[in-house]
Amino acid sequence: MKKLLVMVLVLSLTAGLLTGCVHSRDSLGGDTSSNVVNVYNWGEYIDESVLDDFEAATGIKVNYQMYDSNETMYSKIAGGGANYDVVIPSDYMVARLIAEDLLAPLNFDNIPNFADIDPALKNPAYDPENLYSVPYMWGLMGVIYNAKAVDEADLGSWSLLWNEKYAGDILMIDNSRDAIGIALKRLGYSYNTTDEAQVRQAVDLLVEQWPIVQAYVMDDIFQKLEGANAYVGTYYYGDYLTMYENNPDLGFYIPEEGTNIYVDAMCILKDAPNKANAEAFINYMCSTQAGLKNCEAIWYSSPLLSVREALDPEIADDPYAYPDADIMAKCESYAGLPQNILDLYDSEWIRLKTTTGNFWGLF
Amino acid sequence: MKSKGIAIPYVVWMAVFVVAPLVVVVVYAFTNRDWSVTLDHFTTLGQYAGVFGRSFLLAFVATIVCILIGYPLAYFLARERGRLRGMAMLLIMLPMWMNFLLRTYSWVFLLERNGFFNNLLSAIGLPKLDIINTSGAVVLGMVYNFLPFMVLPIFSVIEKIDPRVIEAAQDLGADSATVFRRITFPLSLPGVLSGITMVFIPSVSTFVISRLLGGGKTLLLGDLIEMQFLGSAYNPHLGSAISLVMMVIVLICMGVMNRFGEGEGEAVLL
Repeated sequence: MKKLLVMVLVLSLTAGLLTGCVHSRDSLGGDTSSNVVNVYNWGEYIDESVLDDFEAATGIKVNYQMYDSNETMYSKIAGGGANYDVVIPSDYMVARLIAEDLLAPLNFDNIPNFADIDPALKNPAYDPENLYSVPYMWGLMGVIYNAKAVDEADLGSWSLLWNEKYAGDILMIDNSRDAIGIALKRLGYSYNTTDEAQVRQAVDLLVEQWPIVQAYVMDDIFQKLEGANAYVGTYYYGDYLTMYENNPDLGFYIPEEGTNIYVDAMCILKDAPNKANAEAFINYMCSTQAGLKNCEAIWYSSPLLSVREALDPEIADDPYAYPDADIMAKCESYAGLPQNILDLYDSEWIRLKTTTGNFWGLF
Repeated sequence: MKSKGIAIPYVVWMAVFVVAPLVVVVVYAFTNRDWSVTLDHFTTLGQYAGVFGRSFLLAFVATIVCILIGYPLAYFLARERGRLRGMAMLLIMLPMWMNFLLRTYSWVFLLERNGFFNNLLSAIGLPKLDIINTSGAVVLGMVYNFLPFMVLPIFSVIEKIDPRVIEAAQDLGADSATVFRRITFPLSLPGVLSGITMVFIPSVSTFVISRLLGGGKTLLLGDLIEMQFLGSAYNPHLGSAISLVMMVIVLICMGVMNRFGEGEGEAVLL
């Protein structure tokens, strides 16, 4: 009997540890009844009152769920069984979903507000003929530093992240696409290179950086930079503005080698149960009223021209939120990568996270 | 006959939530993305030897530390009577009422460079320590989270030892050290073995602890597996293969341990 009890305990313990995975399965689904739209968006990425406005305006009920990374979203969709209508992945993931035939072409007759999208963001590299996606928010990645701890002379380049003066104070981004991308940029290569040697060279550079990195982080960066637990990191400008509110010592710059301009775009899944409602939702999100509310809630850059006009001039003229041609010329967006390069990213990322560690070094 | 009827829901539960997922894992592990049968995942597993080694090493260290802390604690609590014991048990159980993730996060704030401990150290004029983002912090997180699973089984076994056995040993002239060495400790071994199982298995497969307290600088097995399902490398087939190999190694470890403790009572072998 005791054996049984212990066995059940062990089981429940293991189950508890796996809730992350279990959870992603149990919230699958989405409503398939007619007057509903199932939306799957990033966490903390909307003014939720916009959803109420949409329901009031159209009578369509919004079933809203959130994810924390493109990859999480992808694994749910690729796993099958999810009934989402609208998803809002980033550029390179849009390209991957298109390549794997998971998206439905949009009927732009039902999305008249598309006309308000900044022409510079139309026909992007990830969706060259602009058949599948409508930009939702965009922004730039850059370096965030603590002005009290970092010398002004060291600023300006991605090489700050490799500067040994700040050993143990550096936070690196914890996903292969962004981290390898930064190293590629530092070497002067394209984010979207398909040259395996260049990717390997970039990871060599990351291996070289490994000893001076304090931690590889995603959203933990807020707490670590705001609390001055680390002094240098790399993240998105919209998030920098949030951090700055909590710690005015923090500064931001766009590295001279160039940086990533990312776009999160609204798409409709191929097997979406409510396509018409999904198009109505996308159209509503492109209205000035909804765009403005979202923009003021999350501080990312809006692709809507009318929103930019309506914004407080201080924000609309912010050189990093709405950069000028000089900065834009240095920016490159992520495109979809072929499968062999994706596999190489995975194995090289594991190489970074394993071979550099001192196996026996417990401290 | 009666007991069979009671077992039915349990058997159904096991079939649906243990056996069926295991079958799925095995199927995935031996197939490719296009569902052709392959052994590739296993033949390339060698490149992850470092991850395996490190995970088992850290889990091993955490388990040893748990025994060193947990055994004396359980021993004294089992012999204690009254309020102190009730209070101590409550304190051991209390953190488990909180979410696992939350508990681990609170350690991040305690160990951070400008966290609680370092502020305390600098307030009394001592230099700050870099504890967070080291393997030591990962082991600390494992010990903190899993210590109750070591204490409770040992406690319940020691508590049930018949006091007359100990009295008999004392009557026969054994001093307290001998009583412990010849009577109490051997009789408590089943508890220790259960405790080892319940600390070692979750430690070896954890991913939250290493991510938060280890700074994500070095992958553990749990991180590697999680990456294949929800992370940057979506490949459930490879993830299943790694999980399967991990399970087999854990089973072997447990088997060896059971052999070691044979005659004294067995640890749980799943």
